[in-house]
Amino acid sequence: MESTIVKAENYNSYFGDNHVVKDVNISINRNEVIAVMGPSGCGKTTFLRGINRMHELIPNATSKGKILLDGENVYDMNAIYVRAKIGMVFQRPNPFPNLSIYENVVAGYLLNGIKVSKADRDVIVEKSLTSAALWKEVKDSLHKKGTFLSGGQQQRLCIARAIAMEPELILFDEPTSALDPISTSSVEQLFHELKEKYTLIIVTHNMQQAARVSDRTAFFYMGELVEFDDTKQMFTNPADQRTQNYITGRFS
Amino acid sequence: MIAMSVLLVLIILGVLATLIVESMPSIKSLGIGFLWGKVWDPVSNVYGAYPFLVGTLLTSFIALIISIPFSYAIAIYLGEYNPKGWLSDLLKNTVELIAAVPSIIYGFWGLFVLVPIIRTFEMKIGVAPYGIGVFTSSLILAVMIIPYAASLGITLIRMVPSPLKEGAYALGATRFEVIRSVIMPYTRSGLFAGVLLSLGRALGETMAVTMLIGNTSAVANTLKDAIFGPGNTMASVIANEFTEADHTQYLSALIELGLVLFFVTVVINLIGKRIITRFTND
Amino acid sequence: MEARIGFRNTKSVIFKGIIVFFAFLITLPLIIILLYIIKQGVMNVNWHFLTHVPAPVGETGGGIANALVGSFIMVLMAAIIAIPVGMAAGIYLSENPKTKLAYYSGLCVDILQGVPSIVVGIVVYFWIVKPLGTFSAISGSIALAIMMLPIVIRSTEQTLRLLPASLKEAALSLGVPYHRVILKVIVPCGFAGILSGIMLSIARIIGETAPLLFTAFGSPFLSTKITQPMESLPHLIYTYATSPYDDWHNLAWGASFILLMFVLILNIVTKVITRKWKVQL
Repeated sequence: MESTIVKAENYNSYFGDNHVVKDVNISINRNEVIAVMGPSGCGKTTFLRGINRMHELIPNATSKGKILLDGENVYDMNAIYVRAKIGMVFQRPNPFPNLSIYENVVAGYLLNGIKVSKADRDVIVEKSLTSAALWKEVKDSLHKKGTFLSGGQQQRLCIARAIAMEPELILFDEPTSALDPISTSSVEQLFHELKEKYTLIIVTHNMQQAARVSDRTAFFYMGELVEFDDTKQMFTNPADQRTQNYITGRFS
Repeated sequence: MIAMSVLLVLIILGVLATLIVESMPSIKSLGIGFLWGKVWDPVSNVYGAYPFLVGTLLTSFIALIISIPFSYAIAIYLGEYNPKGWLSDLLKNTVELIAAVPSIIYGFWGLFVLVPIIRTFEMKIGVAPYGIGVFTSSLILAVMIIPYAASLGITLIRMVPSPLKEGAYALGATRFEVIRSVIMPYTRSGLFAGVLLSLGRALGETMAVTMLIGNTSAVANTLKDAIFGPGNTMASVIANEFTEADHTQYLSALIELGLVLFFVTVVINLIGKRIITRFTND
Repeated sequence: MEARIGFRNTKSVIFKGIIVFFAFLITLPLIIILLYIIKQGVMNVNWHFLTHVPAPVGETGGGIANALVGSFIMVLMAAIIAIPVGMAAGIYLSENPKTKLAYYSGLCVDILQGVPSIVVGIVVYFWIVKPLGTFSAISGSIALAIMMLPIVIRSTEQTLRLLPASLKEAALSLGVPYHRVILKVIVPCGFAGILSGIMLSIARIIGETAPLLFTAFGSPFLSTKITQPMESLPHLIYTYATSPYDDWHNLAWGASFILLMFVLILNIVTKVITRKWKVQL
């Protein structure tokens, strides 16, 4: 199996005439944890959302270039299929309030009308919740609605929901910025466990988080991918002056 | 889904088109003078809308004047003095109940209970004791339209930002003064919109008015007679005479009344709604 | 300064008194009316009343069975027409608020809300009664459906607008196609609000008379033929209340009582349902 899982080739994103992501070329390997960071408005979230084609859901949002998932351009594939294949976890936990915890985990199957036997569903629920480090806490209240959990638990539920679809790649859009410190560290702990089976791309504006959890880090500035390197290397000896400025807090 | 929204537009256009087409004969033969023609005599084929314009305006405005103090009182009480709690919920539900009672029931009750009372009242003040008439209809109408301005008023008054009120209190204002100098000016245009919505409701009300107004198409001589005597509104004359209209002239004159009624109510309602959206978007 | 404050305070208290007085005074007419209807109506309602059609003039007894059946059938048909159309339009308006179509159809909903019910009746007369050559229940239902639409549309639209955008995003990111996101996530989450809008619109139209005057017309017979005239509760009340016969007045009181009870119960049930089934966001 090829080691490159995601490759962006001359990828550009626009909101109307606003050129938000400029000519990005990047190659990401399997089972890596990639942090994507940069100041507000640098295009990191827009780039992330371009990978699973969520970007185009916004009116007037367009893109050019290629994003290859396992060698295939996602923009040549059916968008819905792409989204089902790639998992996404959002900044604010968003479990479905009308579904129970159990149903939330398998929501990807339920909402798509994919028939799964009860036995298989039970297995999926337990596996996904265990991988999300939530199983022990909720196994006795699976029928309760998802919105009754704490913020950190809700976010782990959303992670379980994404995992249940058996993606190879999971995208995280500032997944801990709405969480308290304890929940944040439990989710970060999860990243270490998840990378054994999945590839993770995590947008974060928390530099310490990037340093803690990622193998490589991509630094975006004003829509451009300025630097992409081994995390330790980037934080101790950045190649570009702009990266240096960001890390030392000249702008944030 | 798009189809359904298109359907909506088609319905409205259809309504307008039908009204215009069917009133064409009358529009053609009577022209604009229809609006101030004082005689409505189907037998002699003479049609004038003036009596009904007067009737509609009189009933609606009298109802409005009577109802406004009540609507405002409810809005101020539930919006400012007592926005939460069991008593407030009780009053709010009561007001909503007033709006929920079908108009036919108001009319029925009015016919059997209110009319005799008014008759006695009219005898006391020396007017012809019809019992039914413009005044009686206006009374019932007033009760019916109170909830419209009231509910809107409650929402608007609750929307007044606390910092604004607190600024006034901090300067030593009494509750009344805060209401008068802060809340009322802030909600003025919105409350006006509420009045317009109540008016729109009053203009279009048919059944209760039809049962209580006396169904006379003549123009009264004095204002006193006009108010305390029988009359007709555009809605009530249509309700009463539509099925009796046996020739085209008659029918299309009635439809033309419907067209006028349509325009007046729609315009008033739209103005009211426009004010509200502008208010809530600020 | 202090005497002045005292005076101002008194003014404030008096003002509150006036407000309270007027605010609660309004409950009087309502209570009087309700009690009167209940008193007059209860006397007349019994099993015979509910299961027989009105007796001819001069004979006592009789009931409102034709009106009960008629109202039920016509309201049901109106709901069948108005609910899907209204929900679809409401969903469209909440999902696509910026399109031209949304602007114009939203405008039309506002216009429709203000159209007097008698005008709706006239128009449906020309659309359906005249071409068909007869008054009919179906024309009455269509008139009622037109009146239901604005309420259903607005409550659907407003309920769905209040749902957070993250809900849709979560479903879309799982690879759920758009129409399923709407049907299986958005609408179920807004169910309580949508249902209450539907029930309120039904409560509104079961009491409507004017649209039925020239469409369903009315009939002394119990019928289920939708292409023929049909009686309804409010229309029966109107006809019999304005008649000169005491027997018929009694029928009208009984019918008013039944109608009032329906409306009250619908309103109460709506409130209970909204509270119970509201999805915690």
